[in-house]
Amino acid sequence: MSKKSFRQAINEALAQEMERDPRVVIMGEDIAGGLGAPGEDDAWGGVLGVTKGLVGKFGRERVLDTPITESGFIGAAAGAALRGLRPVAELMFVDFMGVCFDQIFNQAAKFRYMFGGKATTPLVIRTMFGAGFRAASQHSQCLYPIFTHIPGLKVVIPSSPYEAKGLLIQSIRDDDPVIFFEHKVMYDVEEEVPDEPYAIPFGEARFVREGDDVTIVAFGRMVSMASQAAEALAKEGVSCSVIDPRTASPLDLPTILESVRETGRLVLVDEASPRCNLATDISAQVAEQAFDALKAPIRMVSPPHTPVPFAPALEDEFVPNAEKIAAAVRSTMRAPSKQAAE
Amino acid sequence: MAMSRALQLSREDLLRAYRQMRTIREFEERVHAEFATGDIPGFVHLYAGEEASAVGVCMHLTDKDAIASTHRGHGHCIAKGCDVHGMMAEIYGRKSGLCAGKGGSMHIADVSKGMLGANGIVGGGAPLACGAALAAKTLKTGGVAVAFGGDGASNQGTTAESMNLATVWKLPVIFVLEDNGYAESTASGWSVGGDAIKRAEGFGIPGVRVDGHDFFAVHDAAGEAIERTRSGGGPSFLHLKLNRYYGHFEGDGQAYRRDGEVAGLRAEIDTLDRFRRRVTEAKLLEENDLAGVDREVLALIEDSVRTAKSAAAPKSADLLTDVYLSY
Ligand SMILES: Cc1ncc(C[n+]2csc(CCOP(=O)(O)OP(=O)(O)O)c2C)c(N)n1
Ligand SMILES: [Mg+2]
Repeated sequence: MSKKSFRQAINEALAQEMERDPRVVIMGEDIAGGLGAPGEDDAWGGVLGVTKGLVGKFGRERVLDTPITESGFIGAAAGAALRGLRPVAELMFVDFMGVCFDQIFNQAAKFRYMFGGKATTPLVIRTMFGAGFRAASQHSQCLYPIFTHIPGLKVVIPSSPYEAKGLLIQSIRDDDPVIFFEHKVMYDVEEEVPDEPYAIPFGEARFVREGDDVTIVAFGRMVSMASQAAEALAKEGVSCSVIDPRTASPLDLPTILESVRETGRLVLVDEASPRCNLATDISAQVAEQAFDALKAPIRMVSPPHTPVPFAPALEDEFVPNAEKIAAAVRSTMRAPSKQAAE
Repeated sequence: MAMSRALQLSREDLLRAYRQMRTIREFEERVHAEFATGDIPGFVHLYAGEEASAVGVCMHLTDKDAIASTHRGHGHCIAKGCDVHGMMAEIYGRKSGLCAGKGGSMHIADVSKGMLGANGIVGGGAPLACGAALAAKTLKTGGVAVAFGGDGASNQGTTAESMNLATVWKLPVIFVLEDNGYAESTASGWSVGGDAIKRAEGFGIPGVRVDGHDFFAVHDAAGEAIERTRSGGGPSFLHLKLNRYYGHFEGDGQAYRRDGEVAGLRAEIDTLDRFRRRVTEAKLLEENDLAGVDREVLALIEDSVRTAKSAAAPKSADLLTDVYLSY
């Protein structure tokens, strides 16, 4: 056990799985860097240094830098997964999925079903997402709801370094295609992470904290925002459960329902655009299955329905934060009659 | 060797070329310095070193012509006539910026000037240029479109698809490959398989390779290509070999480069130095003329930074505007 950053936790998971299984290869743009260039090898280690050092350990045969051809290499990763490799492809920013989405949702996601259950596609696509980096509209989206929508894909959204390591190891060992979402603002977040390999199973939500009054469900970076909100609310005498589902697909709905049955109130926090996101999806399922348990309308905290703006003041306004979450929680605590008037 | 047609440019045009290239250079040197202070948010990719490409090409264009740019777009913006104050304000995320602070460095655009945007997506521009060319052709404006793209972008499927589309639709589009030797940290010698000119020729598009630090060579080659395309000759291709003076983005440690690589380039093949030498040796312009431009440009950039810094940030209500015309 030692303190590790989100970045180091991911790097360690990759290294340990590559060590364990020679079929694991990684590929992506500049994941080592410096190919054909006169300076250092491993000059980048990925755009934010997440894969740094791996080429030194495993060589260029297993750490494959690619040209800028996302359709080509993401599709190649899917094809290789069908034929015995276990590729972990890095798609630098999830926004670039636009370039190669066919290979993901028409090809990799559907092989198993279309081929009558006779194919497995042990593919992982690691990708960076999220706002807060002043990276503007084409480098700041979440987009995980789009992948969650596609049957055949698994969608993983780690919320801390510990979670990232265990969930990435599980992703690599999983035999289905997995999209693994890394929030770009979290790479330097640190916590205690075991040195040895461990896997966190998919579809098992984690209680970040337990409380009686309100259930808050949050994903990725929003988990720590929700915890901050819960902390502040505790001082006001409002006790919250904070649930991190860890995976959007599969989704641990039973745990969420169970908690809602105890608290009767639900606040969903999702950094993705507000239409058809994880918050609306879970809200619909809870309304369908636990309507009788609700003491107040479900609240959702998401950004407005706009692209991510560049200007810092606008971006800060855009992203959900602890205050907005706390305000939503408070609104569920008011009398229902008053809420109806709002 | 035949005399470069560009050397026969009028005094005004030579001064214009120099002014634009100097503006791009000073703009980028200044953004580099300001970025280091922490005042400029986000991702910034600088064009310093590549000035002859944007200016040598765009001098043949007017507002009825369009260009599609890249993440490294400041130079294209300036050469296509974007307002320097508006650009600087945009980079600072101000309401007075060309995109009202919503786009930033990677998305500067001025559609009224035919500048269809810098682009955060590598390879995103070529299809847009085909569309602009289709519009010009259909509406019979006489306009052409230029797709700027890097060596990295040349490997995207969109580039190949656009070249084929341009040929089969006979579009008035010129593809300009700005081969600066690297895509991020990866050398183009490794990443670009085969030969860029032959790739274009494979699609039936004639191409020429040009020293991208020689303004006159670029201006000549672009002039011929654009003339050919504008007069109905079909798409054209230019492969410009050039170099960037800064990292891939501001903050890039550039460990992949040779020590002293950029210092050597700056000393030996600098576009602006070469231009200066050529025009003064040929007695087309005087040192004095050029020094005057240098002073003007410095003052312009200084003023753009000063006004950008003191300009207002967008207001929170601005967050919700411009998503749709009506909703
Ligand atoms: C589709 C897509 N893939 C990857 C990136 C990340 N990226 C931004 S610029 C760049 C390198 C581009 O190289 P090149 O086309 O040669 O242009 P240069 O930076 O050299 O001007 C990469 C990989 C991106 N923005 N979009
Ligand atoms: Mg390049």
